[in-house]
Amino acid sequence: MSAATVTMAHGGGGRAMRGLIEKIILPAFDNPTLATLEDQARLAIAELAALGDRLAFTTDTYVVTPIEFPGGDIGKLAVCGTVNDLAVSGARPLYLSCGLVLEEGFPLADLERIVQSMGRAAREAGVAIVTGDTKVVERGAADRVFINTAGVGVLRPGLNIAATRAQPGDAVMVNGNLGDHGIAILLARNELALSASVQSDCQPLHGLIAAMLGVCPDIHCLRDATRGGVATVLNEFAVSSKVGIRLREADLPLDDGVRGACEILGLDPLYLANEGKLVAIVPSSRAETVLAAMRAHPAGRDAAIVGEVCAEPAGHVILSTAIGGDRVVDMLVGEQLPRIC
Amino acid sequence: MRYADEFRDPEKARALVAEITRLAAPLAAALGRPLQIMEVCGGHTHTIFRYGLKAMLPEDAIEFVHGPGCPVCVLPMGRVDDCVALARDPNIIFTTFGDAMRVPGSQGSLLQAKANGADVRMVYSPLDALQIARDNPEREVVFFALGFETTMPSTALTVLQARREGIGNFSLFCNHITIPATMRAILNSPDLKLDGFLGPGHVSMVIGNRPYDFIAQEYRRPIVVSGFEPLDLLQSLWMVIKQIAEGRCEVENQYKRIVPEHGNEQALAAVDEVFELREFFEWRGLGSIDHSGVRMRPSFAAFDAESKFLMPNLTVADPKSCQCGDVLKGMIKPHQCRVFGSACTPEKPLGALMVSSEGACAAYYQYGRLDVKAPRAAADARL
Repeated sequence: MSAATVTMAHGGGGRAMRGLIEKIILPAFDNPTLATLEDQARLAIAELAALGDRLAFTTDTYVVTPIEFPGGDIGKLAVCGTVNDLAVSGARPLYLSCGLVLEEGFPLADLERIVQSMGRAAREAGVAIVTGDTKVVERGAADRVFINTAGVGVLRPGLNIAATRAQPGDAVMVNGNLGDHGIAILLARNELALSASVQSDCQPLHGLIAAMLGVCPDIHCLRDATRGGVATVLNEFAVSSKVGIRLREADLPLDDGVRGACEILGLDPLYLANEGKLVAIVPSSRAETVLAAMRAHPAGRDAAIVGEVCAEPAGHVILSTAIGGDRVVDMLVGEQLPRIC
Repeated sequence: MRYADEFRDPEKARALVAEITRLAAPLAAALGRPLQIMEVCGGHTHTIFRYGLKAMLPEDAIEFVHGPGCPVCVLPMGRVDDCVALARDPNIIFTTFGDAMRVPGSQGSLLQAKANGADVRMVYSPLDALQIARDNPEREVVFFALGFETTMPSTALTVLQARREGIGNFSLFCNHITIPATMRAILNSPDLKLDGFLGPGHVSMVIGNRPYDFIAQEYRRPIVVSGFEPLDLLQSLWMVIKQIAEGRCEVENQYKRIVPEHGNEQALAAVDEVFELREFFEWRGLGSIDHSGVRMRPSFAAFDAESKFLMPNLTVADPKSCQCGDVLKGMIKPHQCRVFGSACTPEKPLGALMVSSEGACAAYYQYGRLDVKAPRAAADARL
């Protein structure tokens, strides 16, 4: 491969595309199913059936700017995000696909770093990237690289984690500091001339979730709090389960850098994006046990019980503020825009 | 976190609330209604809702009336239309603060103009806009200058900097407005019931405390210039109530750590060099108010987008169903407006006060909806 950038030929289906796949993509993803280079991955049903009784199947597309940021890159994000979407059902994630949309002129060295990061993240998460597709679009028709990953996992019998199952008395938990990803991306865009050493929390959560299910198979609700943050997830739980949720501001775990950035910019950390944070609703009798299991896992060191489920006001999330007041935490309207003064 | 947690201490808050209640309860009982205190500034409205202060205070003794001090909210439709027209010019890079992007004009918002291809860029300081002008000498860069006296000095200094450097492709679309004239307009309203004011802290950092003397002397209302942390607001509220209880009407300054008695002289000099009062300025919800806005002096015409570019410059009437003016004057609460939560929501704001997170209606909708029984059905349907 002599060209240092992606050209239209790399998506043309011919020799250049074959070269790209063999020299950059196959070594990065490195697994026998993909290496056959058939048009589809062939997965043995018996092996899946041995692990459970239902498939979990999901897809997500990643378009983040900048593509590399403190704590991760678009490749790691594309693997962790889809692994987490599977894992929050309680499923064991197994296989991913990888669809790449590349902008003409994208440096091949950058592409190589991104797919190697995907391969690394997949190995850490114990999943294989078994099928894929690459398209190239003309300069200006995409922003460098977009990635779609779909994922398949297996659910063992008996698990029933659902947004409808929150009950009054349940405990509300998170696995660590809120909003790190949102602030890391905002700062990495470098438009604010603010500096703080905030790292994205981009990480796979299946191991943590397995540890939680190990001590409490009856987790009621579980979701990863990505776009829209913890506030959005809790509003979805409150509406689906027809319960109220009461949060305690003083118990919300926050990094000092994130808090500072939020104070300066007028942002609310409850709405900031995360890429390695989950919100769990568990029976109160198991809350301390689950908390201990979370804190024993590297992805849950800063886990905390941040509130509880109550009967009223059904469909609403209320925050008890640190100073002693109460307010509604609503669904976010549009994007959070920084205030003037 | 230092310089923040000290101002959010729950013990101190409880003590202040107890003292406010002790003073206010007999006054409210004598009046037969709660004391009506207007927080003039949108930043204060935001603090009241964000920290849930309203729920901490006795509702039969204290009622906050949310004032006009959100510059984004009071921007009239016609001015937004002018912005959109400027932004649509392919030779213009239109720069603005973030929360002005969602304000609806009759031809849509700047956010919609951007989606349709206009070059609209969000900046955090007018100096960022000046940098864009330096970086794009072949294009015109217009900065959407808005805000009260708080933001005037930074735009004035940016224009002075542009003139010093001889940057010819930078101009302001000036929509700066002034607080004291607006407070006078509110005080002149015949059905006014306000008992006192929390004065705007950041405006006062620039203009000082003296411009409010007329409120105490002519209109016999107490005013306390307040900071923005929850304990600042509670302490200021206590100071206002104490004045009422003692029969005093004075301008007091709670925000002494920031606000000097006579303001910031350098900032005021820069403002005076660049801007002059307009005869009148149109406010969304309040109509035209005399001497409530500024424009650029003729000697700065080269930096004045209103001189440089042709704009529609039309007055567009507020939607008839909106009752923003009544809310601003404290005559009705946000949820008593006939379109609150139905035709007017933060997703599709009809009225000014629903636009910015500092607007009273948006704050009610976002944070305070549980107090509001009537529009719940509409709000629940939305979810």
